[in-house]
Formats: sequence, C-alpha cells, structure tokens
Amino acid sequence: MIWLDLFVGFLKVGCFSFGGAYAAIPLIREVVLSYGWVTEEMLTDMIAVSESTPGPIMVNLATYVGTSQAGIPGAVIATLASILPAFLIILLVMAVMKRTLDNRYVQAVMRGLQSCVIGIITAVGCYMLYQNALGPAFAGAADLKPLIVGALLAVIYFGSRKVKFLKKGLSPIALIGISACVGIVAFGLL
Amino acid sequence: MLELFLTFFRIGAFTFGGGYAMISVIEDICVEKKKWITHEDLVNVTVIAESTPGPVAINCATFVGCRRKGIAGAAAATLGVVLPSFIIIWAISLFLDRFLEITWVASAFRGIRIAVGILIADVGVRMFRKMPKEPLRIILAACAFAAALLTSIFAWNISTIVILLAGAAVSLAVFLAAERRGGKAGEKR
Repeated sequence: MIWLDLFVGFLKVGCFSFGGAYAAIPLIREVVLSYGWVTEEMLTDMIAVSESTPGPIMVNLATYVGTSQAGIPGAVIATLASILPAFLIILLVMAVMKRTLDNRYVQAVMRGLQSCVIGIITAVGCYMLYQNALGPAFAGAADLKPLIVGALLAVIYFGSRKVKFLKKGLSPIALIGISACVGIVAFGLL
Repeated sequence: MLELFLTFFRIGAFTFGGGYAMISVIEDICVEKKKWITHEDLVNVTVIAESTPGPVAINCATFVGCRRKGIAGAAAATLGVVLPSFIIIWAISLFLDRFLEITWVASAFRGIRIAVGILIADVGVRMFRKMPKEPLRIILAACAFAAALLTSIFAWNISTIVILLAGAAVSLAVFLAAERRGGKAGEKR
C-alpha cells in the first residue's frame, strides 16, 4: 500500500528532523532508498533542485518523492506527513508545555540529539562527495575528472569567503549554478 | 483567516535559501508591518523551532497562525507556507525525468551532485563549529559521524533514527549519572 508507506515514511522523517532543513536529508535519504522509491543519484539531483526553488528542502523532497510514486495524491500524503509532526508539536508547545523544553532532562536529550544530527549531516555530505567525486577516481584511475571538478568547486566555494566584496562568500544557489557550468564543460565538452 | 493564508503563501513563494532566510521575511511582514506578533515572540519561536523537529518556516507559520486564530489559523498559515513549494516541485517533477535525459543537462547534474556534497558537508562542519564544545557533545558528534559514514559505505543496516536515539540515551544517562553523583555529594555535606 504505497499511500500508507509514503505516510509512515515521511512521518518518520518529520518526527526526527531536528536542527533545520539539512537535518532531514539523511533521514529522507534512508527512507527513500530503503523503499527503493528513488535512486541515490536522482535524490541528489532533487536536493539541488530544492536548493534552487523556494520552500524548505524537506517539503520539496516529500512532494517530489510523493509525486514520483503515486501522483498528486501521493504528493499530498507525503507532504502532509512530513509537516504534521512539526505542526502538532508547536501547537502542543503553545498549549501546555512551554516549560517542558526548559526541563533539564529534556535538555539533556536535546543535547544528545543535536550532537548526533551534526555528525550525521557531515557524514552524509562526505559520503556524497566520496560517491560523486572520489569514488570514480578510486575505481578507475583513468577517470580523474570528477575529482578535479570537486577540488575546483571546493576552492571556488571556500575561496569566495576570502574575497572581500562577496562578504559571506557564494550562496548555495550560486555554487549550484557554477557547478552546472563546470559539469557541462568537464563531462560534456572535454 | 484568508489574510493569514495569503500572507504565508507569499512568504512561502518568495523565500529562497531555507528557513533562516524566511525568518527575516516573517520578521519584516508579521512583526513590523502587520504587528501580528512581537519581536520577542519571534525570537522565542525560533528557539523552540530549533529544538523541535521540522523546518523552522513551518514552526513559525504554525505559531503565528495559532496566535492569530487558534488551530484553524495555524492550519491556514501552515498550508499557505507549504503550498507554493508544493506546486513548484510538482510541476518540476512532471518533466524532470525527460529533462535529465538530455546529454548536456546530465553533464551539468554530474557537476551539481558534487556541489551538493560540498554544501551538505559544509553545513555539517559549520554546525559543528557553532556547537558548544563540551566533551560529551564532541564525542557524540564524532561517533554519529563515524557510524553514519561507515553505515553508508558498507551498506550496514543501521538506521539514522537508531543513531539519534542512542545519542539521546547516552546524553541523558550521563546527565543522570552526573546528577546522582552531585546529589550524593550534597547529602554528605
């Protein structure tokens, strides 16, 4: 029953996405891959699309996966399931337990969750780099292009923070735009 | 009610760049212009949003809507903020598959995938830098990092949720142990 699977899968994502938009990515990846709804590559492409369109990444990915599996009803179910926990928890916090969040035991649990989320996000980022940039280079020494593209993009992205007139450096959308151009040149033309 | 929905629809449609970009827009519209909530309210809800699951934007919309018109208002504001991205992504998903079959688009996305990896790793590292440097937090973050990475590479069957719950349990256990020791020391005195 795909509707129920979508609902349960994205409800899990919604319940555990502590710590902002990116925190949901490892969970979505896990749920989506374990059901075999979307390939790893497709998901990464979709993360890039979500970065470049308005709205929270989690909602965008839920909508996309839902549509791909069961059309508009699927999209509605997945999206609602992903936002339901956030919605209910805020209502609950406002209604009864404003002080609960200050409770020291709750705080201890939060500290544990937050620390783990940070580690997991970093790991997912590293794994994506490994797969898309390092992996091909290890597999066959002939294909060094992804590695070079990766190094080039990293230099551009982190280097841009040192450039004065850019202040905070390139935005994620700008990096995605540049990476698309680099990709066309490196993988398409060369 | 309609105003709540339309206002958050607009906020949802024009905020690129994630939750925190949205907060500054909500500040501008809901605090400065419409005076629906105060600045302190918004700061509070941001803090709550950080320690509860879900995107900050959703949490804020629910909060403002509930303040104005109760649960129905909360639903109107939340649906309003979600609807634009829902429509946009749905439209994109209709043609994305075919779009990706074009050769130069496929090349572009090979580059983009590497960029996405950089972006996500960077967010993780930046969050780590901002994290208070308590030994337990650092250890937990490092263990979670190792566990998640090894799980991906070797395709182990460890769920992210299990890692999260284990981290929460360890943190709580350490806190309880420290408190008990503190309590006993207090009795002796």
